[in-house]
Amino acid sequence: MSSGGLPEHFSYIVTVFLMVAGLFIVIARGNLIKKLVGLSVFQTSVYLLYITPGKLLGGTAPILSPQFTVYSNPLPHVLILTAIVVGVATLALGLALAVRIKEAYGTIEEDEITAADNAVQDVEGVKS
Amino acid sequence: MVLAVLALARTRNLFAVVVLSGAYSFLMATLLVALDAVDVAMTEAAVGAGVSTVLLLGALHLCKSQEAKPVRGPWLPLLLSLATAALLIYGALGLPDFADPNAPIHQHVVPRYLQNEVDVPNVVTAVLASFRGYDTLGETTVVFTAGAGIIALLRRRKPKGEKEAHDGK
Repeated sequence: MSSGGLPEHFSYIVTVFLMVAGLFIVIARGNLIKKLVGLSVFQTSVYLLYITPGKLLGGTAPILSPQFTVYSNPLPHVLILTAIVVGVATLALGLALAVRIKEAYGTIEEDEITAADNAVQDVEGVKS
Repeated sequence: MVLAVLALARTRNLFAVVVLSGAYSFLMATLLVALDAVDVAMTEAAVGAGVSTVLLLGALHLCKSQEAKPVRGPWLPLLLSLATAALLIYGALGLPDFADPNAPIHQHVVPRYLQNEVDVPNVVTAVLASFRGYDTLGETTVVFTAGAGIIALLRRRKPKGEKEAHDGK
């Protein structure tokens, strides 16, 4: 059953590639909005991870009808439907945080924020 | 789609990044149609490519739209990502083959879902509203919390913040 080689697992490899690309954007890029885009790429790869195992060759969309007997698995569709809506809610919250950080620090680059924090700490250290 | 993601990682103009991520979402929706997940594809096209892009553009309007040059080299994250990829692919080789009808995912509760117990021909709707209704309750809680958080963060600011909070729902 699980003895197949690479061709049978091509869908998983694409998923893993997208997932890792998202992870790379999140780790390597300092811009907060870019990080959030990376996070949503990661998220879509998880959709793919859930949906692809539910597909059956020759199956149709899971809408019952007398003409069809083979349907793809509806359960992952339901779970991912929920995940998409939750995903956009978290994206909106993250963007709100980024906007707020921009107002407080004047930048959304991680390095500049850290530099500003360190500068503030140095000033406080001199005072005390 | 893979190319779109690679371009995403390379591009430093954030406006281009947002447009590319919208295109990526549409490609993902197309792929989901090919995988028979029509409901998910519709949601992804509307929410992923539509609302997310609007939200990102709104945030870009309030922030600078050019990313700074990275100060550190990309090699450590790249190495980490490749190591993760190798581990994940090694793990994925143990999963059932693509479209294997005997895979455990097709054997557990799904045959019962497909018997049309609640008299709704669209099984996805039936499962969402009937069998797994509590999921939607949890989802609503999350969306409500996110909306409340956004309002708390952006209140007593420009009216733009209010608009974003409403888009979140």
